[in-house]
Amino acid sequence: MSTAHTHAHAADHEAHDHHGPEKGWRRWLFATNHKDIGTMYLLFSLLMFFIGGAMALVIRAELFQPGLQLVDPGFFNTMTTVHALIMVFGAVMPATVGLANWMIPIQIGAPDMALPRMNNFSFWLLCAAFTLLLLSLFVAGGGPASGWTLYPPLVLQTGNALPLAIFAIHLAGASSIMGAINIIVTIMNMRAPGMSLLKMPVFVWTWLITAYLLIAVMPVFAGAVTMLLTDRFFGTTFFEAAGGGDPVMYQHIFWFFGHPEVYIMILPAFGIVSEIIPTFSRKPLFGYDAMVYATAAIAFLSFIVWAHHMFTVGMPLAGQLFFMLATMLIAVPTGVKVFNWTATMFKGSISFEPPMLFAIAFLFLFTIGGFSGLMLGVAPADFQYHDTYFVVAHFHYVLVPGAVFAIMAGVYYWLPKWTGHMYNMKLAKVHFWLSVIFVNLLFFPQHFLGLAGMPRRIPDYSTQFADWNMVSSIGAFGFGLSQLLFVYIIFATIRSGAKATDKVWDTAKPHGLEWTLSSPPPYHSFEVAPEVK
Amino acid sequence: MSKSMKYAAAVLGGCLPAASAFAAWELNMPLGVTDLSREIHGLHMLIFWICVLIAIVVFGMMIYSIVKFRHSKGAVPANFDHSTKAEIIWTIIPIAILVGMAVPAAGTLIKIEDMRDSELTVKITGYQWKWHYDYLDKNVSFFSTLSEDSNRARQKGSGIDPNTIPNYLLDVDNRMVVPVDTKVRVLLTAGDVIHAWWVPALGMKRDAIPGIVNEMWFRADEPGVYRGQCAELCGYDHGFMPIVVEVVTKEEFEEWLKSKQADGAEIATAANSTDSSDATMIVAQAE
Repeated sequence: MSTAHTHAHAADHEAHDHHGPEKGWRRWLFATNHKDIGTMYLLFSLLMFFIGGAMALVIRAELFQPGLQLVDPGFFNTMTTVHALIMVFGAVMPATVGLANWMIPIQIGAPDMALPRMNNFSFWLLCAAFTLLLLSLFVAGGGPASGWTLYPPLVLQTGNALPLAIFAIHLAGASSIMGAINIIVTIMNMRAPGMSLLKMPVFVWTWLITAYLLIAVMPVFAGAVTMLLTDRFFGTTFFEAAGGGDPVMYQHIFWFFGHPEVYIMILPAFGIVSEIIPTFSRKPLFGYDAMVYATAAIAFLSFIVWAHHMFTVGMPLAGQLFFMLATMLIAVPTGVKVFNWTATMFKGSISFEPPMLFAIAFLFLFTIGGFSGLMLGVAPADFQYHDTYFVVAHFHYVLVPGAVFAIMAGVYYWLPKWTGHMYNMKLAKVHFWLSVIFVNLLFFPQHFLGLAGMPRRIPDYSTQFADWNMVSSIGAFGFGLSQLLFVYIIFATIRSGAKATDKVWDTAKPHGLEWTLSSPPPYHSFEVAPEVK
Repeated sequence: MSKSMKYAAAVLGGCLPAASAFAAWELNMPLGVTDLSREIHGLHMLIFWICVLIAIVVFGMMIYSIVKFRHSKGAVPANFDHSTKAEIIWTIIPIAILVGMAVPAAGTLIKIEDMRDSELTVKITGYQWKWHYDYLDKNVSFFSTLSEDSNRARQKGSGIDPNTIPNYLLDVDNRMVVPVDTKVRVLLTAGDVIHAWWVPALGMKRDAIPGIVNEMWFRADEPGVYRGQCAELCGYDHGFMPIVVEVVTKEEFEEWLKSKQADGAEIATAANSTDSSDATMIVAQAE
C-alpha cells in the first residue's frame, strides 16, 4: 500500500496527511491516481466513440441508397476498417479499463492501483497508439482498408499506412498488457482484509478474468502483425504460399487472439450488469458462485472456438465438427448468466432508474445477439451467413446494445459517486429511450439484409437491398445524434447538479464498499483498509 | 448530407414501388435450388425456431418480472440468492437442446464435405476483381466481370439511377453455365488476394485463397439463373465482382460447351496466324 505514497509530487498539503491532486496540466500528464487515470481513460474512450461513430455514419450515409454518392470504394473500405479498430481498441476496451481503474480499488477497499506509474504509462501509450492510427489515414496510399482483421495477402497491398497501423497495434497491445498486469496485481494483493476471492464484487471478478485473457492473447496478436510487417518489408513469407507460407495461418493466429478479444470486451460488461441488476431489484445477485464459474468457463472456451470465424476457409471435416460443437457449448455458461440475471429480477422489487433501464436493455438485446451467435455457430448454416450482414447484425448486437449499453449503464450507475452530483434523471431516460429505439432500427434490419444475401463490407448494393439499408441508415443517424445527449449529461453532471449522497442509490447493496466512501471519494480512496465480514 | 436527403425523399417517393418488384423488404433466407441448400435452410429454420422458443420463455420471464415485481406497485423483495436445483436444470436443458441441434448439423456437414462422384469439375479463380472459370478437360475457360451497364451506373456521380439497371451489380458479361441435375465439383483458388465464391441459391460459400485449392460441390435441380457475389473483402472493387450461374438442361449444356470450344479454337487459330499479343493473352488464359 505504500506504493501510492511514493507519489513524488506531494506538494499540496492539507491539514491532515492527505495528498491532493497536482494543479493544472501536471495533474493529468503525470497522473498516478487511479481516479484521475480512470477519468482520462473514460474521456479518451468517449472521444474515440465519437470518432469511430462518425466513421460509421460515413458508411451508413453511403449505404443509404444504392449507387455510389459520397465516397469512393477505397475510402469506404478505410472507414469500415478504421471504424472497427477504433471502436474495439479505442472505445470499448479503454472504457472498461477506465471503469476498472475507477472502481476496482474502491470495490476492494484499496487506496489506489498497485502500480500507479505503469498505469500512467499505459494510458499515454494508448494515446500514442491512436495518434499513429489516425495519422495513417493521411499518408500516401490511404488508410488501412483491408478490414480490421488485416488478412494477408490483401493487407500487404496497404500503402504507408501499414507500418503505422501495425505500430499502433503494438502500442495499444503493450498498453493493454500493462493495464492487465496492474489489475491482476491490484486484485491479488490489495484486497481489504476479509475479502476472500469469492467475496469480491462480480465486476472485480470479471475484470480479473478479462485481465488474464488480455495477457494471454495480446502478445499473439502482436506476433501476427509483426509477421505481417516482416512479410511486407523484410522479405519473409510467413503468409505467402509462393514462399512456403500460408495465408490461412494468419487467420488462425488472428482469431486465436480475436475470439478471446470478444470476451475481453463483454466480460466486464457482464460484471457491470451483475452489479446493477441486484441494486435496482432490491435483491441479492442470484447464484453468485455460478456467475463466477460461468465467467471462467466462458473464458476457457473462448480459447478453443476461434476457427468458427473461418468455417469457409476449407478446414477438414473433423476440424469443422470440433469448432462447431465447442462453439455451441459456449451457449451453456452464457445461458446460465442470462438465467441468473433474470432470476435476480424475479420476485424482486424493481425500479427503473437509468442504469437499470440500460441493464435491462442489455439483457434483452445481448440475448438476441447470443441467439444469432448460436445460429452462426452451426457450421452448415454459417456457409450461408458467413461474411454477410447477418454477421454484422450479430456482432453489433453484442457490442452496441451489449457492451456499450453496459458501459453506459455503468457510467449512469457510478457517475454520481465519481462527481458527487446527481444527473438529470429525465434527460438520462430520454437518452435511454432514443438509444434503444434507434439501435434496433439500426441493427435489426441488418439481419434481414444478410439473410437476403447482402455481403458485408460492400460500398454499393443491388437494388433489392435498398429498403432495409435505408431504414438502417436512418437508425444510425438517430443513434449517433442521441449520443450527443450522453455527452451533455456527463459534462453537466461534472459541473453541477444536486448533491449525491454517499450511498447514491438508497437500494445499493449494503456490503458494496464503494457506497461507504464519500461522493466523490477521497483522493486516496481507502487510506485505512476497511474490514470485510 | 442535405443533397442525399433530397435524393432519399425522391427515392422514397418514386422508386419504392419499383424496388419492391425485386423482392424488397425481404426478411428471410430464400429457399435454394439444391438439396444441400434446402437442407441448410431447414437447419437455419430449425435453429431459428429453437431460439424463438427459448426467447419466449426467457423474455417472458423477464417481462413478467418487470411487470409484476415493480417497486412502484409496492412489490416486496424476496431474499433468496441461489437455488442449486434451478441452476442444474438450466444447465442441463440447454445442453440437451444443443445436442438436438448438433446431430442434424453434423449430418449436413458430412454431406457437404462428400466430394465423391462428381460429373463435372470447374476450377474457379478469383482475381481483383473478376472471376475466371475453367472447365477442366473440356477446353473451355473464360473471365467473368461485372456487366457494362452496371459498371457505368456504379461509378461515383454517374447520374444513372441504379433502379433502371436490371440486376444492378448482379450481372456479368460471361455467365458460368452448368447442367441441371449434375454434381458439379468446384475447385477454388485465387491469383492475388483471398476472395469467396458465393451463390446463395446454391447454398454454399467457400474462400478462394491464393496458393491453396479449396473444394466444394453443388447439384442444381432447377434450370434458371442464380446470382451471387464475392463474399470476402478483396480490396477496392470487392463489391463489384458478381457471380452469375446459369443452370441449363444437359443438352443445352453440351451445345453451350461446343460453341465455347469452337470460340476457343477460333481464337487459337487467330493467334497462330496474326501473332497478336492480345489473342496470345486470351489463349494463355484459356489454357
